[in-house]
Amino acid sequence: MSLRFDQPVGEGRPDNPSRRDALKLGGLVVAFLWFGGGAKVLGRAAAQGPVGAGDPAFAPNAFIRVGSDGSVHLVMPSIEMGQGAYTGQATLLAEEMDLGLDQIVVEHAPANRKLYANPLLGEQATGGSTTIRFCWTTLRQAGAAARTLLVNAAAAKWKVDPAQCTVARGVIRHEASGRTLGYGEVADAAARLPMPEKVQEKDASAFSLIGKPLRRVDTAGKVDGSLQFSIDLRVPGMKIATVKACPTFGGKLVAVDDSRARQVPGFVAVLKIADAVATVGEHFWAAKQAMAALDITWDHGPNAQLSTEQLFKDLADASKNGTPIPGKEVGDVDKVKGKAIEATYQLPLLAHATMEPQNAIVHVRPDGCDIWTGTQVPARCVDVAAKLTGLKPETIVVHNQYMGGGFGRRLFEDPVEQAVAFARQVSYPLKVVWTREEDIAHDRYRPAYYDRIAATLGDDGKPLAWKHRTTSGSVLATFAPGAMAKNGMDADAIECAADLPYEFPNMKVEWVRHDMPDGLHLGWWRGVGPVHNVFVVESFIDELAHAAGKDPLIYRRELLQKNPRALGVLNLAAEKAGWGKGTLPARVGRGVAVAAPFGSYLCVIVEAEVSPQGEVKLRRAVAAVDCGIAVNPNTVEAQVQGGLIFGWTAALYNGITIKNGAVEQHNFNDYRMMRINETPALEVHLVDSKETPGGIGETGTVMAFPALFNAVFAATGVRLRSYPIDRAALVQGAEALKAVVTQATEAATSQEGLA
Amino acid sequence: MLVLNINGEPHSVDVPDDMPLLWVLRDVLGLTGTKFGCGIAQCGACTVHLDGAAVRSCVLPVAAVGSKAITTIEGVGASTVGKKVQQAWLDIEVVQCGYCQSGQIMSATALLAATPEPSDAQIDVAMSGNICRCGTYVRIREAIRQVATGQKVAPQTIPNEAPAAATARVLSFVHVEGVA
Repeated sequence: MSLRFDQPVGEGRPDNPSRRDALKLGGLVVAFLWFGGGAKVLGRAAAQGPVGAGDPAFAPNAFIRVGSDGSVHLVMPSIEMGQGAYTGQATLLAEEMDLGLDQIVVEHAPANRKLYANPLLGEQATGGSTTIRFCWTTLRQAGAAARTLLVNAAAAKWKVDPAQCTVARGVIRHEASGRTLGYGEVADAAARLPMPEKVQEKDASAFSLIGKPLRRVDTAGKVDGSLQFSIDLRVPGMKIATVKACPTFGGKLVAVDDSRARQVPGFVAVLKIADAVATVGEHFWAAKQAMAALDITWDHGPNAQLSTEQLFKDLADASKNGTPIPGKEVGDVDKVKGKAIEATYQLPLLAHATMEPQNAIVHVRPDGCDIWTGTQVPARCVDVAAKLTGLKPETIVVHNQYMGGGFGRRLFEDPVEQAVAFARQVSYPLKVVWTREEDIAHDRYRPAYYDRIAATLGDDGKPLAWKHRTTSGSVLATFAPGAMAKNGMDADAIECAADLPYEFPNMKVEWVRHDMPDGLHLGWWRGVGPVHNVFVVESFIDELAHAAGKDPLIYRRELLQKNPRALGVLNLAAEKAGWGKGTLPARVGRGVAVAAPFGSYLCVIVEAEVSPQGEVKLRRAVAAVDCGIAVNPNTVEAQVQGGLIFGWTAALYNGITIKNGAVEQHNFNDYRMMRINETPALEVHLVDSKETPGGIGETGTVMAFPALFNAVFAATGVRLRSYPIDRAALVQGAEALKAVVTQATEAATSQEGLA
Repeated sequence: MLVLNINGEPHSVDVPDDMPLLWVLRDVLGLTGTKFGCGIAQCGACTVHLDGAAVRSCVLPVAAVGSKAITTIEGVGASTVGKKVQQAWLDIEVVQCGYCQSGQIMSATALLAATPEPSDAQIDVAMSGNICRCGTYVRIREAIRQVATGQKVAPQTIPNEAPAAATARVLSFVHVEGVA
């Protein structure tokens, strides 16, 4: 297993390995371990699955198909939702096969757990920033095995030692004689050879593709409009529907009057299921017009009075009165004497708002079912379609597609389930497209959290004791109940809270589970647990530095002396940002955050300006990243840039609120996204590392919140412990001014911050 | 029956007058490069050109188009500026999921066609109507500057159509740093 966490984890409870593994792997990863299993890399059995590459001559494993014509098709176990996974996976395979990326064709994997399960997840799923971490071993072995067989076949033909052969761009060459054979020419022979007992992946010194900013394999068709997402597909005979589910969580459909809808040009049908209605048209516009013309009666159900205020009141009550589940305990936090600091943080529900709204084309027939959609969990789509239709799973085909964003939303197959429920009522293929309003109001929301955190500082200002109690619902409990630890712990709830980059002599981290009302579904989100916990932890570390009278970066540096990789990114970011250098204008501040999420190390420094009216403007940001070997440094940079903006968007603007049981936000007008004019100058600096690759897709998002909020504090003296940012709290006033003067003086006189 | 001039070709369509151009393009004519993101002109994924000006097709009734020339992402590469924008997008790898990028490229092309050397502020203003959920804004700025200046303003990707060996000189990625 290529996962590698350097932090001490799971101390004190060696008797509970599942819990220890949970801390190492993170919640989403643990979620899937419940399913067990994993892809077989070496061995013929893995080659028997359905693939889209026709009938290849040589298919040594689930990922590689070489035709007699020399064509090479690579089947991608992890899906592409923008994160660059197809390029990363193809690079690993092509590297070991000595091919150029121009010589291969990538293919979406069919739904097949046996062949395409991510061994870190034990399920055919993409998430948890695990693709490169699992493929680093799996796909390089697969590529090396294929290359070995192809070379062995050529060597046998020439009756020479395979060790005397080299490969370049898919051409095998016997150096002594100068003879050459292409992969296609030996594909048939290679297919008849026994699988090698053991293969050796390349040494890093021999890499010709890994580590280079190769162009992505999926972008050419994304700049000329030719690449199709599932929302773009047209199936013969298809009709187009849009849907409306009961606005209140857990409500039901009572009645529909469609007399006006029937007058809409292009109207086809109205379809009903227990909690939603669909209007079908010849085109989306007809479906949308028909929906607007329906008179719908809802039973608003048991949550008709639910509000955000009630939700947080209940979370706060649970935090005080609920039973905490232990996550980590070191020493005795209650026996420590010193300066006590405590704070409460409150984090909102969040939507995903993928740019491509939820959609699926479903054709249910008596003998089978076809589903065209973009999903992070293809096998789960088959499961749900089989359950609803009664069809055998082997007759259900998921045609997976490129995704217009995922961020965890497409780890949930509920839109596919809903589309199947409608489509099985008609004979034609049904394309179901959600409006943006439906997408915002019926998401699987990032959980809301209520955190109480406290520390006791010694005479030197460093924490002697650290107590962190988080309270929330659980994604894991509904997503994969079998993956919950025996003591009831959801590993995601304490990820990056129990495994800090810092070491404290006394520590207690615990979680109180407080389930959401039925019908309010929680979901994975970009960064999930680490996004929550690193915000709280790194904000509170800043509070402690302030209480100790120390520069927040120097304070962290002192606490990280035993953690060289964390210290490395901290010092690199400080140097690049010019921390401690120069004098900043009034109401401009710099904030720092450092953490080790998803097996990588990051430090982000944000420079923010707060207007007298309380508007926050990001002026500049610097990220230092140690993700081990960067398979594609261009992609790593892009993921950190995009991840930061994803996080800042939520920090500045987002929070799903509920009134009378329904979500109050509708579209991008009231669920705002950060725009280009709000984007700061942004530098990403990679540490040149030889470590095994860590995850990257979610890391920027994790760092975004605390770095920004710490900058806001430095600019204003106002500590924000919730989001979206409360502008009213930042309006320039007498107290805020006083704090600004204090901060400015400190910044001007501090020379210690130099890296 | 309306006749629309799309990417230089006439297209006859029999659709309701109030049908937004977006759905005529996507669901009637099968030109699906233009995307649906919000339906209320907030995200810019549906951006097309009308006589060269960027408009949001999700709120534009088809009957209001008249004889104006419609250009979509499928046709924008026919212009010199559009072609350069698409190439810069690839050269510095702007795209992530790609869903918003048709609209981004249409907005950028309209900007550069009217203002060949835009200031940073002009870039921000022209592009602020296009949301990118993947957060590609930094590279969108760089790609537009690259087209405007003709200079390589950001690290370039290694094209996949060229043998890897021939591009060895590009191998050191400028942002990689050593740490003592």
